[in-house]
Amino acid sequence: MTTPGLAQLRALRQAKDAMDRDWADPALDLDAVAAYAGYSRFHFVRAFKAAYGETPGQYLSRRRIERAEELLRSANLSVTEICGLVGFSSLGTFSARFKAETGVSPSEYRTKHVRNGAALIPGCYAMLWTGGFRPRTEAAGATPKRPAERPAKSAILEKRTEPPGA
Amino acid sequence: MIKSLALTTVWSTDQERDKKFFVEKLGFEERTDMDMGGMRWITVSPREQPDVQLALMRPDGPGMDPDSAKALVTLVTKGVLGAGAFRTDDCHAEYAELRAKGVEFIHEPQERPYGIEAIFRDPSGNWYSLTQEREHDELDMSKPWSGDCVTEDKPQG
Repeated sequence: MTTPGLAQLRALRQAKDAMDRDWADPALDLDAVAAYAGYSRFHFVRAFKAAYGETPGQYLSRRRIERAEELLRSANLSVTEICGLVGFSSLGTFSARFKAETGVSPSEYRTKHVRNGAALIPGCYAMLWTGGFRPRTEAAGATPKRPAERPAKSAILEKRTEPPGA
Repeated sequence: MIKSLALTTVWSTDQERDKKFFVEKLGFEERTDMDMGGMRWITVSPREQPDVQLALMRPDGPGMDPDSAKALVTLVTKGVLGAGAFRTDDCHAEYAELRAKGVEFIHEPQERPYGIEAIFRDPSGNWYSLTQEREHDELDMSKPWSGDCVTEDKPQG
């Protein structure tokens, strides 16, 4: 079957899957992800955004926030610990990104979801609903601002600290 | 009365490749592969469930206009469509085995209230859950999956 752009779309999907799989790997920077798709970094960012509606850096940041949301709902960890676990090196940046995505601060989020049965939903569907496979357009009670694209020179993955007691 | 599920569709951008994937990598059984004139009808079944078939359908077959076919191919290839969930007795072992065969996983096995779950893709881009369910379909309520998961009414703080 010949559909124009199919090979590129497949490559972009594989690059996105690589981010989903290896988001905690400090070696996975934008160059490495672009290499999956066989693009130069510049073209990769553009092509990815055209296909998925946000840049690879924004996508990755959002996935880490989703990860943080799950940890806030399910794990007995402090906000600071979770911040480190999901790969943000600065608590301030993490809190700001988290609020931009969800409309509330991490601790407010935890209080709010303490009796929500979200985890009873199969993870793959929860992932769909929380925008795991598509750009999120709105969050509960807020229209989040998309985080600004990171400078092209910085790796899309910040160094991750080891989980406490791991 | 509807008795049970007989067949469901999996959109395939390359029927031959995807048939090989299901048979050789996932260990499914080939049930049908026939030329219907203008379309190839291919179905596969999980080994222990011969009464359920997956039809590997080309999106550009008869009955699908070119625009719709193109949209569908794009969605499948982008990887935004899920095509179902499969059961396994041992998610970790099955995950290791399939990964060794080169199956693309998006998620390694994770603890979930309903069991242990990994997510993989077929070569077209459809995603599937691979789930080891808990005994008797029970939910594990021992962990705070989403904080305080209780059923009785409590005033919201």
